[in-house]
Amino acid sequence: MTFDYIVDPTEPERAGRASTKFKGVLKELGVSPKVIRALSIAMYEGEINMVIHANGGNIHCEVDADKIRVIMKDSGPGIPELDKAMKPGWSTASTQARELGFGAGMGLPNIKKWSDNLVVETEVGVGTTLTMEFNLT
Amino acid sequence: MTVRDLLAIKEFKVAVEGDMDLPVSCGYMGDLLSVVMGYAEEESAWITIQSHVNIVAVATLRGVSAIIIAHGFEPDEDTVETAKEENITILTTELNPFEAAKKLVEFGL
Ligand SMILES: Nc1ncnc2c1ncn2[C@@H]1O[C@H](COP(=O)(O)OP(=O)(O)OP(=O)(O)O)[C@@H](O)[C@H]1O
Ligand SMILES: [Mg+2]
Repeated sequence: MTFDYIVDPTEPERAGRASTKFKGVLKELGVSPKVIRALSIAMYEGEINMVIHANGGNIHCEVDADKIRVIMKDSGPGIPELDKAMKPGWSTASTQARELGFGAGMGLPNIKKWSDNLVVETEVGVGTTLTMEFNLT
Repeated sequence: MTVRDLLAIKEFKVAVEGDMDLPVSCGYMGDLLSVVMGYAEEESAWITIQSHVNIVAVATLRGVSAIIIAHGFEPDEDTVETAKEENITILTTELNPFEAAKKLVEFGL
């Protein structure tokens, strides 16, 4: 089964809609609460990043028998220093984003922590794609 | 202790009545959402000064039992609506975050 979401960049205060929707879908599918929590946290962080660092984007979710894959793709500025960005505390968030409580530099580390597998593909000026996987077994 | 028990603290006011039967076994203070997302424990009473709608997403996704907005800040309209939909309790207090946390401790948390 696949599910697709578009992330609207215009309202940072409201970001998190796709994650909340997909969380509802997973509940209906009877996925275990543990997996749902891990996935929603990781997907939420990815979604926020798409809004505050890129210009929104697309999320494609695949639910298989043994795993769930979430692919988050944006055409934003890309991440020039990915190794730094993966470390807790490193952030380039704007003042506006910081006022909303974003910008701790904890999003990508959270995604890494909560997913069973994470691949980040990023190119400056082209965009960023996160592929995260969650095991169901 | 449940969310309902927290209503006995007279400095706390109810802004949204969510699931009041959720257990509260610990507390967390923080205004940086990803830090709360990464470190708050489940069944927390979460004290923050953020009042925009994303706090509801953080609380729901992280499994926080109740949000306590300190310093007299009021939740945005969006926040109230979404918290109702998600069945998350929001309390407000005029106290600063430290004093609010003290109340929780005095109360036995
Ligand atoms: N989709 C993206 N496009 C461009 N840059 C990104 C993207 N995601 C992350 N980054 C860069 O990586 C940095 C670290 O991201 P991370 O999510 O860990 O922290 P943050 O978003 O700055 O703060 P927090 O997630 O704690 O609110 C960001 O500050 C930004 O520079
Ligand atoms: Mg982030």
